[in-house]
Amino acid sequence: MADHNPFPGENNTGHIWDSDLRELQNPPPRWWMIGFWTSILWVIGYTILYPSWPVGEEPTPGILGWTQIEEYERGVAQIEARRAEFESRIGALGVEEILADPGLTQYTLASAKVLFGDNCAACHGSGGQGNPGYPVLADDDWLYGGSTAKLTETITQGRKGNMLAHQDILSAEEVDTLARWTVEMSQGEPGSEAGWQLFSTKGCSGCHGPTANGVLAELPGGEVITVGAADLTDRIWRFEPGGYESARHTILYGVNQSGVEQTREAVMPAFGPTARVEDVEIRRLDPQEIKKLVVYVRLLGGGL
Amino acid sequence: MSSRDRATEVEGLYAEAAQWHVNAGGETIHAKRLAGRWRTFKWLTASVWLVFFLGPYVRWDGRQAVLFDIPNRQYHLFGATVLPQDFWMLSLLLLFFAILLAVVTAVVGRAWCGYFCFQTVWTDVFTWIEERLEGPPAARRRLDQAPFAVRLRARLPKHLLWLVIGWFTGFSFVAWFVDAPTLWRTFFTGEAGVAAYVTVALFTAGTYVLAGFLREQVCFWLCPYARIQGVMLDPTTLVPAYDTGRGEPRGRLRRGGEAAAGQGDCIDCNQCVAVCPTGVDIRQGQQEGCITCALCIDACDQVMDKVGKARGLIRYASLDELEGRPTRPLALRPRVWLYGGILTLALAGIVYGLASLAALDLKVLHERAPLFVRLSDGSIQNRYTLKLLNKTPDPLAVEIRVSGPPGLEVSGLERPIQAAAGVVTPALVFVRVPESALAAEQQPVVFHAEARRRDGQRLDTARESVFIAPAP
Ligand code: SF4
Ligand code: SF4
Repeated sequence: MADHNPFPGENNTGHIWDSDLRELQNPPPRWWMIGFWTSILWVIGYTILYPSWPVGEEPTPGILGWTQIEEYERGVAQIEARRAEFESRIGALGVEEILADPGLTQYTLASAKVLFGDNCAACHGSGGQGNPGYPVLADDDWLYGGSTAKLTETITQGRKGNMLAHQDILSAEEVDTLARWTVEMSQGEPGSEAGWQLFSTKGCSGCHGPTANGVLAELPGGEVITVGAADLTDRIWRFEPGGYESARHTILYGVNQSGVEQTREAVMPAFGPTARVEDVEIRRLDPQEIKKLVVYVRLLGGGL
Repeated sequence: MSSRDRATEVEGLYAEAAQWHVNAGGETIHAKRLAGRWRTFKWLTASVWLVFFLGPYVRWDGRQAVLFDIPNRQYHLFGATVLPQDFWMLSLLLLFFAILLAVVTAVVGRAWCGYFCFQTVWTDVFTWIEERLEGPPAARRRLDQAPFAVRLRARLPKHLLWLVIGWFTGFSFVAWFVDAPTLWRTFFTGEAGVAAYVTVALFTAGTYVLAGFLREQVCFWLCPYARIQGVMLDPTTLVPAYDTGRGEPRGRLRRGGEAAAGQGDCIDCNQCVAVCPTGVDIRQGQQEGCITCALCIDACDQVMDKVGKARGLIRYASLDELEGRPTRPLALRPRVWLYGGILTLALAGIVYGLASLAALDLKVLHERAPLFVRLSDGSIQNRYTLKLLNKTPDPLAVEIRVSGPPGLEVSGLERPIQAAAGVVTPALVFVRVPESALAAEQQPVVFHAEARRRDGQRLDTARESVFIAPAP
């Protein structure tokens, strides 16, 4: 540093290197200084008001007492409060009454969409379009009945299909005749005499019903009694792709037959509040959630 | 090149460097205020901002004529109600103003900056107050040097007045977003919303600091427009400019008012610099600091009148004109046409949008998973979600008809849909088509919505969608 300043009067700090590199003392622009001090004031104000300095385990709380988790909880409480009105009405009303109220139906649909996605969509598809082996929920064909009561029962208790394997019961021709007969039936034709003969005498009608529409009996209220056997008279096939081969396979190996390797699987687990999985009781869906799901499933297309 | 030539050239470089001066706000500019044509014009253009202060009090149909009701997501413009769904128009509006800015800049320079910009206008009003309360620039400069206590006493009224204006600015801004008379009632009783208080506080502080202290610094260093507008000028743009050919060589008048022989018209009185609100010396040519406010034109014209020379030594002129090149009329400049074309397009879009703001809007969403479902009887069913937007202030009972393939059946529309006012009402609709009518994978279906307002006015709208079936 030079004692003798070779550049007097230019406002330098007196720090001079290489005989002419020097540091000047020009103040920063005023607007910049205003910004600078304002930001410092801002930080001081902020750290007084909000949690900031890490002292020990916890940061200083800040005099506003604000915390992020409280803000989150307030938000959750707010949305719960808005939902509570709808939820209590859903709790008090039956499915038909909910369906009669467009506003409530919309709320239920929005709410059940999540439930459906979490619990049902894996097998039945995101829009109830079904999957190979898993029934379509958007059509009007219900193995166990499509009424609200039946849907509730299905979701709560689950379902398990049951059909004998006929490989050792029927001859190859008999199986062939029956398979052809189901194809004819599904196309709206009356079905061959021989097919009807086998259907009625070989025990098929015991589950598929005397008219082969899957209904064992109709109750006065429109409710039906079924054991979950398929309606053989409609255009919908329980096991894709449908047609002769599908029918033959099902007749030969049955549904859910232990010991039969090629048997069809058709199991829906129970979703009720006290469902058991491998003897462990777990909480699944409560009645309110099941009610919402029934509304949702009805409006997928088959409930109308 | 001779050594003398080289020496002059090098000196020229130094001379350039000597003129280089960065205005970083180190000293407050106390510009002189003069009456004049452009001064009057500037007050007139500034008065456009009265709309900002008075607009919220205009009523229409029993409510505020222009109200941006953010909590309810409704934007009232006189008779029309704009909902968030119509916001594509906002982008056209922004495009319109962006291009307008470009056109104006290309033609007459930074007219926005000089005459309309809130920064300019508020600063102008603030310095006008300063002059009323503290006297002309010389007195204010003396006051700058006075001890703090003296300064405080002398300047307190000005600062209070500035804050009041800042407060009014914020209050008027908020009044566009909430009902203005209600705001007056609630603001002072502490019942107005937190957002209102915060906004007013921010605006008060912002106005006070920006127009009271930062002033031309905003134009120099903060404002993006100032940067963009500079590049939109070309040699044909009209801007306040100093006629170098006529003014130079400048020189002071001798005693007795005589000019020396060969001297130009500029008498080097520096009046043009004294009046400039951004501290620019326009005689050095067009520069970034100049907001084209034309106050220096007024100043120089007065000087020219005094010394008996023609006005217009500083005047609105293009660079081409000053350098003696032929000037092209506006209509022959491609920029004007290009900008003008975009401007017209944007305007046409907005007009179309506002004109076709239907009171009833129907949207149809076709279900995707599954695209279609086969029912027991072999017919195919598609599921649709309808979204009905009712922009009228009353609920509407909307009847919906569906037309499409023969034999089509609809469920979900047995009763009219009750569409609540100002919101979207969804509805689920199922359409079934018998197997015999499934001619193609995709067939059009049209949803016709119809409703009657309370006064009997019929509203209708239609929307086409598609019916999907498996390949035949
Ligand atoms: S140079 Fe003239 S036109 Fe430009 S800002 Fe200054 S007074 Fe206004
Ligand atoms: S006001 Fe006119 S005469 Fe005076 S210095 Fe400026 S240009 Fe020259």
